Amino acid sequence: MTSKTKRGIFVALSAGAVLAVSACSGGATPAPGGSTASGGTDGSATDCAAFESYGDLSGKTVTVYTSIASDAEAEPHIDAFVPFEECTGAKVEYEGSREFEAQLPVRVKAGNAPDLAYIPQPGLLQTLVKENADKVVPVGEAATANVDKYYKEFWKSVGMVDGKYYGIPIGANAKSFVWYSPKVFAEKGYEIPKTWAELIALSDQIAADIPADDTTTKPWCAGIESGGATGWPATDWVEDMMLRVGTPEQYDQWVNHEIPFNDPTVVKAIDQAGSILKNEKYVNGGLGGITTIATTPFTDAGFPILDGMCFMHRQASFYQANWQTADPDAEVSENGDVWAFPLPGESATPPVLVGGEFALAFRDAPEVAALQAYLTSPEWSNAKADATPNGGWLSANSELDPNKLVKPIDKMSYELITADDAVVRFDGSDLMPSAVGAGSFWKEMTDWIALGKSTQDAATAIETSWPKQ
Amino acid sequence: MDWLMQPDTTIEKFLVMLFAIALFALVMAAVLVLVDRPSLPRWVAAGGYLGPALLLIVMGLLIPAFMTIRNSLYNNSLSEFVGLENYVTIFTQDLFLTVLRNTFLWVLLVPLLSTALGLVYAVLVDRTRFEKFAKTLIFLPMAISMVGASIIWKFVYEYKAKGVPQTGLLNQILVWMGLEPQQFLLNAPINTFYLIIVMVWIQTGFAMTVLSAAIKAIPDETIEAANVDGATGMRLFWQITVPSVRSAIIVVLTTIAMATLKAFDIVRTMTGGQFDTSIVANEFYTQTFGRQAQGIGAALAVLLFVLVMPLIVYNVRQMRISEGER
Repeated sequence: MTSKTKRGIFVALSAGAVLAVSACSGGATPAPGGSTASGGTDGSATDCAAFESYGDLSGKTVTVYTSIASDAEAEPHIDAFVPFEECTGAKVEYEGSREFEAQLPVRVKAGNAPDLAYIPQPGLLQTLVKENADKVVPVGEAATANVDKYYKEFWKSVGMVDGKYYGIPIGANAKSFVWYSPKVFAEKGYEIPKTWAELIALSDQIAADIPADDTTTKPWCAGIESGGATGWPATDWVEDMMLRVGTPEQYDQWVNHEIPFNDPTVVKAIDQAGSILKNEKYVNGGLGGITTIATTPFTDAGFPILDGMCFMHRQASFYQANWQTADPDAEVSENGDVWAFPLPGESATPPVLVGGEFALAFRDAPEVAALQAYLTSPEWSNAKADATPNGGWLSANSELDPNKLVKPIDKMSYELITADDAVVRFDGSDLMPSAVGAGSFWKEMTDWIALGKSTQDAATAIETSWPKQ
Repeated sequence: MDWLMQPDTTIEKFLVMLFAIALFALVMAAVLVLVDRPSLPRWVAAGGYLGPALLLIVMGLLIPAFMTIRNSLYNNSLSEFVGLENYVTIFTQDLFLTVLRNTFLWVLLVPLLSTALGLVYAVLVDRTRFEKFAKTLIFLPMAISMVGASIIWKFVYEYKAKGVPQTGLLNQILVWMGLEPQQFLLNAPINTFYLIIVMVWIQTGFAMTVLSAAIKAIPDETIEAANVDGATGMRLFWQITVPSVRSAIIVVLTTIAMATLKAFDIVRTMTGGQFDTSIVANEFYTQTFGRQAQGIGAALAVLLFVLVMPLIVYNVRQMRISEGER
């Protein structure tokens, strides 16, 4: 080796080392909470019979990547893996990130995909499968059999992409609720409305009962501010109205863009949401005029109910956790300070809008398939319910024991979404392409409220933004 | 050596970091020792010194820049070549025209207002008894992160309905004066100006510091000569002070203009780009990562690059000139 080539090698080495250093600092940052689960259920009590079919997976590791990042919510997930780990010997590494939606596509493209990702937006799941056909793995046989057995057909259909099954259901939540104060309703003699007409009649009655000199109190309160995601609560309103104004089939056509976004039915649905959200007589109790809906954080929008300045607030079941922020003593129950009734429809059984996460696999291995099977089994749903002593979680698994759900609202949600005759549909904006479902739909609904944009203009603007195939 | 590739505990992570730093220093030292010999031709030494840095610039800057330009000519999933269609969209759709209008307002108003305020303030407090304290007050916002400042101002602008106790400072003042509380961040297009105020609040300190130093560099003889000739007050300011610090003013103006073009945090934190307040840097993020519209996002990034470019060139030239004067 001549001295000249030596020099060349050293220069190359030095550059290489620098690169290696930067590569290390990027790759070697494990997730906070990435270490395996500890504690939780008592090992000796675990009955391993249900886990035998998974075989011995000692020494195998499965990584799980989710958007569930706060300790309070992530810890129950980690604890619910313990029986699986103890019976199979596999290790599950859980990582939650608040930047999940932006990071997951990046990680997949960079070849650094997790084994399983819990995706809250089926639209994102569709995009990932279509754009990375060689990197995603269809659901294994055992898990598919579980879903067929324990979940309604609807929950499987959401995870299907072009006729192949990819996403298994994880958690679920129901969104079509109206929060109210049972005490105030009892005091004023208001009845829970059972149909849409009764709901409007009740709103009119409340509005009429408010003294003329009180300009702050209104029947409804709402808020759609949510940082970069501002507008999403308004899209939930429209989806709920779409299920009431149109048929479930029309809802599916709308979500799949088989009818245009400015179809008369959709415009009618938005207008029906507007009959409450853009009605000076109805909103915005305790918060100001109509436009304050756009600037009020959705987390705080229901609070005027506790002060008696608002009577009804439409928000998902997860809102139960927020009441404690406003008043630590607030009791969330049927006869307590706040409670919820299902948002009525035209008929007696109201349709329910739901949300939830779906797990997509990126590695074809027995341990990943086994974890998928576990996640779809009744054992997991019940273990997860046990590991969530503070409530606020449920799945749509038919074998989940409702008595394990500590919060009454979770129990009510579970009964609503698993009822035999229930019309259940997934949150439409989460099914649409992100350009619409996480973009123009949010923005146009915000403008529709904040800038007084007309329904037709907003719907047409969203239609224009729909990505062309 | 498993912990080296996959460190789990804090101590292991620190060890990996120290190891990496040591390796880096060792390799760099080896390169420098090897190439720094008088017997070798000069280009070898130059290559040894510059090589690693150049390589990193190519990997970290040039390649991504070219990829962004390429992406801007593709559709939003980057699967199809669309030519200049993304640029046409940016310059024709209402949404993006609002973004461009807002960006124009930002770039025009922030540098002008911050520089003007900074200059006047620097002159007013110059050689007064409380100069240091007064300067510290104005300079403090510079030390607050943009997100922090945005959150502070979001509280200042906060709105509560009439009749409900106000939590926002400005609205409380309005209520004390017997006026209706205002929704500062909601009503377009005036809301853009309320956001601009935040940026001015941050940047004035920077302008004041640089200009104050330039003012102190004006020779006493010049001032005395002007005084002897009867120039005081406004005349001294316009005919002596301003021309003397002209090059500093230009550097400050262009530096703030660049910072403004890249400003993202304020809009993101305070309105999320809603209510017609979005600007190019924020819209680029929203499009690329929120809506997964890679093509449009890349086109916005290129546009931002094109807008900043002349400012950088001008700024560098001005700095050379002002350095040459000294």
